[in-house]
Amino acid sequence: MPVNPELMGRVFPPTEPYLVGREKVREFARAVFATNPINLDPEAARAAGYDDVVAPPTFPIVVQERTLAQLLSEPDVGIDFSRIVHGDQRFSYTRPVVAGDQLTATLTVSSVKTLGGHSIVVAESEIVDADGAHVVTALSQLVVRGDE
Amino acid sequence: MPAPEFTSLTVGDVVAERSFPLTRDSLVRYAGASGDFNPIHYRDDIAAAVGLPGVLAHGMLTMGLAVQPVVDWAGDPGRVTDYQVRFTRPVVVDPEVGAVIAVTAKVGQLDEAATVARIDLTVKLGDDTVLGKAQVRVALA
Repeated sequence: MPVNPELMGRVFPPTEPYLVGREKVREFARAVFATNPINLDPEAARAAGYDDVVAPPTFPIVVQERTLAQLLSEPDVGIDFSRIVHGDQRFSYTRPVVAGDQLTATLTVSSVKTLGGHSIVVAESEIVDADGAHVVTALSQLVVRGDE
Repeated sequence: MPAPEFTSLTVGDVVAERSFPLTRDSLVRYAGASGDFNPIHYRDDIAAAVGLPGVLAHGMLTMGLAVQPVVDWAGDPGRVTDYQVRFTRPVVVDPEVGAVIAVTAKVGQLDEAATVARIDLTVKLGDDTVLGKAQVRVALA
C-alpha cells in the first residue's frame, strides 16, 4: 500500500509536554559517549551560563519520537512500520535543550514523494519550551520501502 | 570553556579525531536512554529474521556519538546551531568483537559574516563510510 499523498502538509496536534530530567540528560549523554562536563555536571553547566545540565545535540530525538508515533498511528497514512528506513536526520537549534525544560513538539508532514516504488516522507517536528519559544526543529526523512 | 577562535580556522583543518568502540552493551544502553527498543538493535534472531546481516547500531546512536568530538572541540554543546546526517550504511555490531566507529572532523566551510564554521564529519566503520553529508554548524566568536 503506498503512502497516502494527502498527508503532505498535515499538521498534528502538539504532543503532551515532556519534562527534561537531569538524570535523563546524564543517562542519554553517557549513552552517546558525551564527556563534556556541561552535559553531566550542573556546576559546570551553570559556570557556562546555563540553568542546569545541557543535553547532547541529538537528545531532541526523544521528544521528536513522540510525533513520529502520532504519524504512524494515523489510520489513513498507509505507512508500514517494518518497511521504514531512516534516511536523513537534521536538528536546527535556537538554543540547546537544558534539564528543566518542558518541551512540546508539533509535527508537520512537509513532503511526501514517490521514487521508484519507495515513498519518501519528510516529518518536521517543531519543538518549543513552556513559554512557546522555539528550541529546535527536528527533521526526519523516512524512506518507506515499496512491495518487493 | 573558551571557544576556538573563528579567525584561527582554515578550510580543511582537522579539528578533532576520535574512535568509538561499540559493543552490544552500548546498544542496550542507548536503547534505554533513547526509548528506541526496536529488537534489531539487540536480538540476533530477530535481525536475521528480517534479513539483516546482524544486530545493528541505532542510526541515532551513530549520529549522537559522531558529533561529540566537535562538542568537545567547541567547548560547549550550545555552540552547535545545526546538525544533519544521511544514514548511508548500517553498522553491524558483532556480539564478541563489537564495532569501532572512527570519526574525523574537518572544517568544511567558514561563514565570515556569521562567524559560523561548518564542520564536516567523516564517519567510518573500517573502510566503509556510514554517515553521509554529516555536517555540524558551530557558532564561534
